[in-house]
Amino acid sequence: MKIHEYQGKAILARYGVPVPKGKVAFTVEEAEAAAKELGGFVVVKAQIHAGGRGKGGGVKVVKTVEDAVTAARNILGMQLVTHQTGPQGQKVGRLLVEEALPIEKELYLGITLDRASGKNVFMASSEGGMEIEEVAHHTPEKILKEVIEPGIGLSGYQARKMAFGIGIPAGSVNAAAKAMMALAKAYDEIDCSLAEINPFILLKDGRVMALDAKINIDDNAMFRHPEFADLRDLAEEDPLEVEASKFSLNYIKLDGNIACMVNGAGLAMATMDIVKYAGGEPANFLDVGGGANEEQIKNAFRILLSDTAVKAVFINIFGGILRCDILATGVVNAARELGISVPIVIRMEGTNVAEGKKILAESGFNFGVADGMMDGAQQVVRAAQ
Amino acid sequence: MSVLVNKNTRLLVQGYTGAQGTFHATQSINYGTTVVGGVTPGKGGNTHLDRPVFNTVADCVKETGANASVIFVPPPFAADSIMEAADAGVELIVCITEGIPVRDMIAVKQFLKERNVRLIGPNCPGIITPNECRIGIMPGHIFKPGNIGVVSRSGTLTYEAVGQLSALGIGQSTCIGIGGDPIIGTTHLDAIQLLNADPDTHAIIMVGEIGGNNEEIAAAWIKENVTKPVIGFIAGQTAPEGRRMGHAGAIVAGGSGKAEDKMAAMEAAGITVCASPAEIGQKVKERLGL
Repeated sequence: MKIHEYQGKAILARYGVPVPKGKVAFTVEEAEAAAKELGGFVVVKAQIHAGGRGKGGGVKVVKTVEDAVTAARNILGMQLVTHQTGPQGQKVGRLLVEEALPIEKELYLGITLDRASGKNVFMASSEGGMEIEEVAHHTPEKILKEVIEPGIGLSGYQARKMAFGIGIPAGSVNAAAKAMMALAKAYDEIDCSLAEINPFILLKDGRVMALDAKINIDDNAMFRHPEFADLRDLAEEDPLEVEASKFSLNYIKLDGNIACMVNGAGLAMATMDIVKYAGGEPANFLDVGGGANEEQIKNAFRILLSDTAVKAVFINIFGGILRCDILATGVVNAARELGISVPIVIRMEGTNVAEGKKILAESGFNFGVADGMMDGAQQVVRAAQ
Repeated sequence: MSVLVNKNTRLLVQGYTGAQGTFHATQSINYGTTVVGGVTPGKGGNTHLDRPVFNTVADCVKETGANASVIFVPPPFAADSIMEAADAGVELIVCITEGIPVRDMIAVKQFLKERNVRLIGPNCPGIITPNECRIGIMPGHIFKPGNIGVVSRSGTLTYEAVGQLSALGIGQSTCIGIGGDPIIGTTHLDAIQLLNADPDTHAIIMVGEIGGNNEEIAAAWIKENVTKPVIGFIAGQTAPEGRRMGHAGAIVAGGSGKAEDKMAAMEAAGITVCASPAEIGQKVKERLGL
């Protein structure tokens, strides 16, 4: 789960990572009050989950309360377009109003999982404020890494080594190391799947602070953190994806016009691939899971068809636990109940496939029945044209 | 021949009396797997599916001589179940559970390093040696005994590949579903090393997907060490960056874990990489000259 910058900073602050004074604002009035409280010299920052907000015009530094109000008015409600939002952008519904600080140096801190070793890795770089992928690509030697030992955490010597290594002056190293260790502790305790502070800043007066906070939380660990449920911002998610999640369906909306319904994540990805290979564009990823029931199939169908771009549907099921006859019954019932306006191609294989095909044939609907994945993909691509 | 599991495997089931455990234990028994009993804390002393239930894995191992375990335990308790099995000396642990937090698996990985056990999964369909032993949730009837080893991160994509092979009359030695999570016990490399050492495995199918770089690591080893034909496929060629595609581990992040990088590494290692998942079986046939 992604959370907003201001939410991430609030969590990090509890662990002892220094952050600027700031307040979240949902309205221009709230932004004005926050700017007054902070003395007028503030940064007004759009709160959306995507990165690249500054370049898109979602971050403004202002010197007076009046200018803060103008900035808030301009940014709140805007469709903020960044390299991560896609061309349609993301509507800004909240702001973070923060004290503006005299920056000496912009640095980078981050934590991510190293899958090969099964351990988290702390990364620090002198090249703050830039895309870390760019730094990794062009100047990998400028990213320092320390393995976080499970059960021990980031040790003081590791933090100091990185702090000195990224050019923090001696007088500020202890504060920086403390912030790094606090970040590592937070990462572990709140079950992060990603943490990035970019930039982590050194101030003119020698203090250090997290000027940004990108925190993702492991969805699988949410049962341990019921208090985080409120941090989810549904406005940041696609409405169809939100709807699908209510029925435990794994749906991701894409830009094409061929809807896909598949059981199993790997086969669902492979189905998108083969649609593309056959010359079409997938409209979505949808994994109905290994043990889908009729009700889920029906809801999956409804969600697929409510995407207005969809011109044809490809159902690709390899029946293991999910039997083909159950799938066929679910599809036929959904078709009867919802009505169907686009061609549907079904490819079934595996458990009870003969019974499943019989149900489809006797349904009275003109389903395209495919012989294999490739045949199915070719049929559905033709049908969508 | 086969790897890891065969007719001598003595399987215990953790989460034995639950719905999933009961269903799949029954399927495994019907397949001919030697299921010796199971564990559900608090239900020890009972009999379930004509087999004894124990309170702890240690009791079960002591009484039944189990040497493999399959875990059908909900995510909050699954990591604990893996460690319990490892501590009881079970040699092969197969964890089916999907949704275990990464933090828990970091701890498990450390725990297992000090013990001589193999973990398959989590978030996997299990492992099968056709006509000998089925551990997990795979539909047994699609498999056919033979000489192709299969290793895959995905369940249904494994079935797809196996279905194509069986339809062509080509059987399998052992099929290993290694799981779709970021941290797994047995990687592509581990599974391929085992299959490479098995004299009755004549070719290997390696099915990967976006996320991480385990396929690249395996490809590098294959390049230097494997003379058997290897046929591969990578799912997620059309997946958008930054989105988790169903599996917790299937995500392209920060420019790494891309399908194209994996396919390039595999091709460079002499692996026959299928552009389409529909041609896996056919490519195996061609590589074997059948």
